[in-house]
Amino acid sequence: MYPTKYTKAASIDDAVKALGADDEATILAGGQTLIATMKQHLAAPSELVDVRGIDGMVGISLEGDTLVIGAATTHADVAGSADVQKHSPALASLAAGIGDPAVRHVGTIGGSVANNDPAADYPAALLALGATVVTNQREMAADAFFDGLFGTALEEGEIITAVKFPKAQAAAYAKFPQPASLFALVGVFVAKGADGVRVSVTGAGDEGVFRSEPLEAALGADWSEAAAKGADVGTDGLMSDIHGSAGYRANLIKVMAARAVASA
Amino acid sequence: MANGATGIGARVKRKEDKRFITGKGKYTDDVRMENQAYAAFVRSPHAHANVKSIDKSAALAMEGVVDVLDGHQLTGDEIGNIICGWAVNSKDGSPMNMGAWSALATQKVRYVGDAVAVVIADTQQLARIAAEAVEVEYEELPVAARADKALEAGAPEIHDNAPGNLIYDWEIGDETKADAGLAAASHITEMEITNNRLSPNPMEPRSAVATYDEAEEHYTLYTTSQNPHVARLVLSAFYNVAPEHKLRVIAPDVGGGFGAKIYIYPEEITCLWASMKTNRSVKWTSDRSEAFITDAHGRDHISTAKMGFDENGKITGFKVDTIANLGAYMSLFSSSVPTYLYATLLSGQYDIQNLHANVRAVYTNTVPVDAYRGAGRPEACYLIERMMETAARELGMKPAELRAKNFVRQFPHETPVIMTYDSGDFDANLAQAEAAADVAGFPARQGEAAKRGKMRGLGYSCYIEACGIAPSAAVGGLGAGVGLWESAEVRVNPVGTIEILTGSHSHGQGHETTFAQIVSERFDLPIENVAIVHGDTDKVQFGMGTYGSRSGAVGMSAIVKAMDKVEAKVRKIAAHQLEASEDDIVIEGGEVKVAGTDKALGWHEIGLAAYTAHNLPPEMEPGLKESAFYDPSNFTFPAGCYICEVEVDPDTGKTEVVQFTASDDFGTIINPMIVEGQVHGGLAQGIGQAMMEQVIYDDDGQLITGSYMDYTMPRAADLPFYSVHHASTTCPGNPLGMKGCGEAGAIGSPPAVINAITDAIGNNNLSMPATPQNVWNALQAASAAQAAE
Repeated sequence: MYPTKYTKAASIDDAVKALGADDEATILAGGQTLIATMKQHLAAPSELVDVRGIDGMVGISLEGDTLVIGAATTHADVAGSADVQKHSPALASLAAGIGDPAVRHVGTIGGSVANNDPAADYPAALLALGATVVTNQREMAADAFFDGLFGTALEEGEIITAVKFPKAQAAAYAKFPQPASLFALVGVFVAKGADGVRVSVTGAGDEGVFRSEPLEAALGADWSEAAAKGADVGTDGLMSDIHGSAGYRANLIKVMAARAVASA
Repeated sequence: MANGATGIGARVKRKEDKRFITGKGKYTDDVRMENQAYAAFVRSPHAHANVKSIDKSAALAMEGVVDVLDGHQLTGDEIGNIICGWAVNSKDGSPMNMGAWSALATQKVRYVGDAVAVVIADTQQLARIAAEAVEVEYEELPVAARADKALEAGAPEIHDNAPGNLIYDWEIGDETKADAGLAAASHITEMEITNNRLSPNPMEPRSAVATYDEAEEHYTLYTTSQNPHVARLVLSAFYNVAPEHKLRVIAPDVGGGFGAKIYIYPEEITCLWASMKTNRSVKWTSDRSEAFITDAHGRDHISTAKMGFDENGKITGFKVDTIANLGAYMSLFSSSVPTYLYATLLSGQYDIQNLHANVRAVYTNTVPVDAYRGAGRPEACYLIERMMETAARELGMKPAELRAKNFVRQFPHETPVIMTYDSGDFDANLAQAEAAADVAGFPARQGEAAKRGKMRGLGYSCYIEACGIAPSAAVGGLGAGVGLWESAEVRVNPVGTIEILTGSHSHGQGHETTFAQIVSERFDLPIENVAIVHGDTDKVQFGMGTYGSRSGAVGMSAIVKAMDKVEAKVRKIAAHQLEASEDDIVIEGGEVKVAGTDKALGWHEIGLAAYTAHNLPPEMEPGLKESAFYDPSNFTFPAGCYICEVEVDPDTGKTEVVQFTASDDFGTIINPMIVEGQVHGGLAQGIGQAMMEQVIYDDDGQLITGSYMDYTMPRAADLPFYSVHHASTTCPGNPLGMKGCGEAGAIGSPPAVINAITDAIGNNNLSMPATPQNVWNALQAASAAQAAE
């Protein structure tokens, strides 16, 4: 690892100031991708601004029918929360399946969402559940937030403070792990809500997480395993690598969608 | 002369585990020398390129950088090229084409990771950062990344002295007879079989700490070696680092080797040389990414095979053509792996009279390939056992029945590929495995699985391997540059405790326990009174090290031979002091007694008598310490039957090994618990090869699977609870009757797994690793073929 500095921000203002003072400074929200990347000399931030100690960044609350999760809340805390299990059991179960125990006890929802790894689990949940990303500057619908591989709508100095989830009538996430990394080779999140059916896919898209129109149409018409398996998802825009061709991923999208529907 | 609690056959808990499980093991990276500096290597990012220039100035200018050294300086100091120590000739008699391999490349780099310079700095972090500041100008050259492509006309040539990238074109057996056998066959099974390339991945990465003592002109190297004496020999005799008496090599606790730590790599040579150049102790420890691009890889064969059968299912002829990828340079024993460790085992457990194999070894722009757990024998076993299972399906016979029709049953049995099997009972292993696997109940389990939407399959593998490597004169005749005996010294101390100095090296095998067990057995002493000393060229007289499942059959045999001498002397001393005949002396219960009398001396009194020398027989030398060299008369031949049962999810191709049954013939077993552990580990690696692991290079020679994000290692959750059994015959070739167990699991298991999966999916055309994607593709191909019919 290259030499770097560590700053524990006491407030959002503190963090914004530190980030503004140095172009090469970056936020540390859990570091489960960042630290590994730094160890490989693939990233060299001059300063790590730790946002986990900022008031209000950690914690889970219910505001009416809306579930609010502080951005620095760990995956393990989300998975273990009674509020999350009651409000969005699919989200609790997704969080319980991220990485391994070490990752789940350090990695945070805000870190995962801001990193937008194309094989991460959380972005699929946010998209399918129609979540809202809350920052120190604004609120954004998940649909407007994710922007290609590792890309988001976040501006300079903008820090995610929380994620808000509406309640779904039925939802579930099914993941087929890439054999080596155990990241999602294909992960499909299905949700049935007030606005109809939303289906998101992670791990498979050339441009990262995406909503599947064919699956939304099929499941909107018929919320069943058979409808998911029969959907024509095609291979356009799907990734091909040593672990899965676009064709294999297309098959897995249907199979995982069907399994998600079965368990929703 | 037997000790039931801690002798031969006892499940003694491993003595060494206390330090390992409490974090008190002492590994090379734990060694801290005074004035220690760190090495970081500047490595080629290109698979094939000319080195135009190296600019060290920016790195040298960094505070804390001691020096930056390159290959011109290395060769200027007359450090020798790295060699392959086993000469294999082509079938036309010409010697193999060994290309020059300098520890630091001077003119040309030949694989991604090839080192061109080394930075020595005060800290590891600084060394690595400074290594990035060394500017190397490369002129990229066309790349030959695949073995079959490297042989094609017009392929880029990697070494000037290897036209067409061919290292050798070698054969064994009788081609005329094999052709005639195939011509006489009523059925021929023909397959193209690849054996996937693997990265060895020992848990502890390689490491070296080199120290030069200027006043004594003496070097000390701590390193992760399976054979420290071989390392010293090669570093002295070939690499010209220092004469043997000026070089001490210590291999302390070593966390797994699997073959990868047999060889002497550029890094160890460079650290030694750099310690002299800089007058600092120099430490280098590989990280996992570096291990993927420097540790010798394993396997990587492409073969075509034809096996002929008569109407009764008897094999009439077998012909194999193999291309073996040896990577960019010839590693220490690389030439022997696809020849004498592979093709000599192609007769399997079967009586095959007409057999021929041709092997072409090829250079590619990839990491050097050498022995990895099993080394050649897994490739042979996979080929034969895929052929046998496929042939059985084509012939409409049960796989067990076809095998049994061809089993060797008379021993010794000479194969047409120069092996002489000394013992075995293949029917017994097959029967034991079939009973333990409840093969009779398989159809019911398959039916039940089908109701759950799963495809269940059953696959066999009847393996035989040659280990206990190896008779020195025999391997010498085949081109080996070393003898493969082992040495031991048995020191009885004046207080009666015993130290065993062995040339074997333990890096996970549990020698500190099993070697002590044979002493406990022989002299009926508590195992606590026995210590095993190994891994240090200044302590142990000599040794050829541990690989090829040789530490039991060869290493322990040397100890037995030394114990024979100790016992003879003990009898003489006791007979003299007790005024009895040597023949009446018995060693039992911590005493040396005269049979049928109450006359006895404590074991410790014999030790004391030997060292005080007050009352020894006339002419007897004082002391009680004997050494022996043991050279085996033959290989040993562990064999067995593995049966694998899988369930395939047809929707995803994901395959679960639901049951794995092993019946092994290892000869005499010293510690069943340790042997079971060896089998478990071997099976894990074999299942890993069959279903998960594969090194992949792209056409530019870039390593795609350079980390655990892409190279799949088996995890505990991927593996079943094994059902491990033994049906043993005694090995007639060594005093304890041992055959060896270290590699069997990795050798025998891959074909059992693939045979089970191909049984489940109804398509024989499936290559390792059977990843979910590969199985799903094979399933699609099978249903497409069915639809076309």
